[in-house]
Amino acid sequence: MSTNSAVSVRDLWMSFPGKQRGESIHVLEHIDLDVKDGEFVCIVGPSGCGKSTLLNIIGGFLPHTRGEVIVEGKPVDGPDARRIFVFQENGVFPWLTVRENIGFGLLRKSEEEREKAVAHYTAMVGLTGFENAYPRELSGGMRQRVEIARALAANPDIIYMDEPFGALDFITRLKMRADLVRIWQTEKKTILFVTHDIEEAVQLADRVLVMSKRPATIQTIINVDLPRPRDLDSKGYLETRDRIFSAMGMSLKIGEANTTAA
Amino acid sequence: MSDVTPQATSTPVALEKESASAAAPTVRKGADPLKIILPLAVGLLFLIFWDAMVRLSHSDIFPKPWDVARGIVELIRKGLLLKYIVASLFRVTIGFGLAVLAGVPSGLLLGWFIRAFQAFNPMIQMLRPISPIAWIPVAILWFGISDLAPIFLIFLASVFPITVSAIAAVRNMQPVYLRAAQNFGLTRGQLFRRVIFPSCLPQIITGIRIALGVAWLVVVAAEMIAVNSGLGYLIIDARNAGKRYDLVVAGMVMIGVIGLILDILVRQLEKFDEVRWGYANNE
Repeated sequence: MSTNSAVSVRDLWMSFPGKQRGESIHVLEHIDLDVKDGEFVCIVGPSGCGKSTLLNIIGGFLPHTRGEVIVEGKPVDGPDARRIFVFQENGVFPWLTVRENIGFGLLRKSEEEREKAVAHYTAMVGLTGFENAYPRELSGGMRQRVEIARALAANPDIIYMDEPFGALDFITRLKMRADLVRIWQTEKKTILFVTHDIEEAVQLADRVLVMSKRPATIQTIINVDLPRPRDLDSKGYLETRDRIFSAMGMSLKIGEANTTAA
Repeated sequence: MSDVTPQATSTPVALEKESASAAAPTVRKGADPLKIILPLAVGLLFLIFWDAMVRLSHSDIFPKPWDVARGIVELIRKGLLLKYIVASLFRVTIGFGLAVLAGVPSGLLLGWFIRAFQAFNPMIQMLRPISPIAWIPVAILWFGISDLAPIFLIFLASVFPITVSAIAAVRNMQPVYLRAAQNFGLTRGQLFRRVIFPSCLPQIITGIRIALGVAWLVVVAAEMIAVNSGLGYLIIDARNAGKRYDLVVAGMVMIGVIGLILDILVRQLEKFDEVRWGYANNE
């Protein structure tokens, strides 16, 4: 793993215009963050704190008010095919088959190369045999796998994930996380992953950035120095989880449930 | 907490087995005899009721079902029925086809460019509620007694539902599809061809279906006034030339049957895999 910065945000501010004239709603305040090449970083924070907004700014989908967002050495000025976004609401195209969806970003490649990449990533996310299925025939977890494969097939340097497993049930979510870690370990992509689920962050990330309530800023950065695969009963795991809970100002007695809706 | 550990799982496909029900292909329904018997029974009851009412009223003019059936046979023998059906379908095909060619692209453009929408929408909303029937005198003035008058009227009647549904389709498009497309660096042309058009297609087809229904309503009205062939002309001619109400009702029956066939045909479009996602659990 090199120490180059894949993403670097300096003194980022963001406000939306409010309902009244001249009023503005401060969403993000003085955000500084760095993501190293090949690193898996999770951003956690309370619902509605602006973590999704932050990811959308870094992804080039939203303009910011003040500050600097440098991705791979250049200021961000829009979405880019070298950085693929995986959306919370599932951006898989329902009019295309699994195969066509996964190959969507590969139109400039030759037929042969495309076929090869599609087959490879279909297998990687465990959807072999479903190539000709349409998204409406798949479960929520499988649709999210299609979107992840579509992102990987485009061979991006960075993958941005905005609560990609938020709509899935508990068991499916656990499996998806396990598979995502396995894929990340083989593909060596940089992943910036937003979630409101603290357990999810600890299971996945090298580092967890904890955001405060709105107007949000990065409150704490917690290194998750645990070997993978991670043991969810180990002392280290539980300690790390508890540190994030208390950083977010939550007592574990009431904060145990990780089922808070977004 | 369980002892589930997020580590490399061997076979994700096997793990997703619980989702098999979601992935199951559409279940073929077994033959349900009631589905055929019930509508036939209603139709038969209707015919009996109709026949009884005509007998009770001692009407000399209004035909009994059997008279209508004989009327249809007479029209077939004379070669009029096929000729008039072809004439009506020809006008609908041209007028409706032009409406699709004009309505789909203009609707997509108006849906995409907000300024164009703001400029044209009030005009569209004002023209839309004017019944095509109200345009008949204008159509005769402009096109005379020719095929062009009903074609113009059919065009007018069907272009609005198509345009409006295409506008709505673009404006209601899921933003996530656009954002995903932007992310993959599509050019404008690719964006339109690969994302905007396919995502709007289900709603456009619904508009087309509504428009074809309206077009079939309008061709009959237009043919009563502006031309001397077609099913509309058949009806008005049978009434004017000898009060042949058996032929009037025969014409009405044929209009109903062909309207039903047209709708069944357009409905087939909704069954393609590329658009089926856009219709909520339609059997």
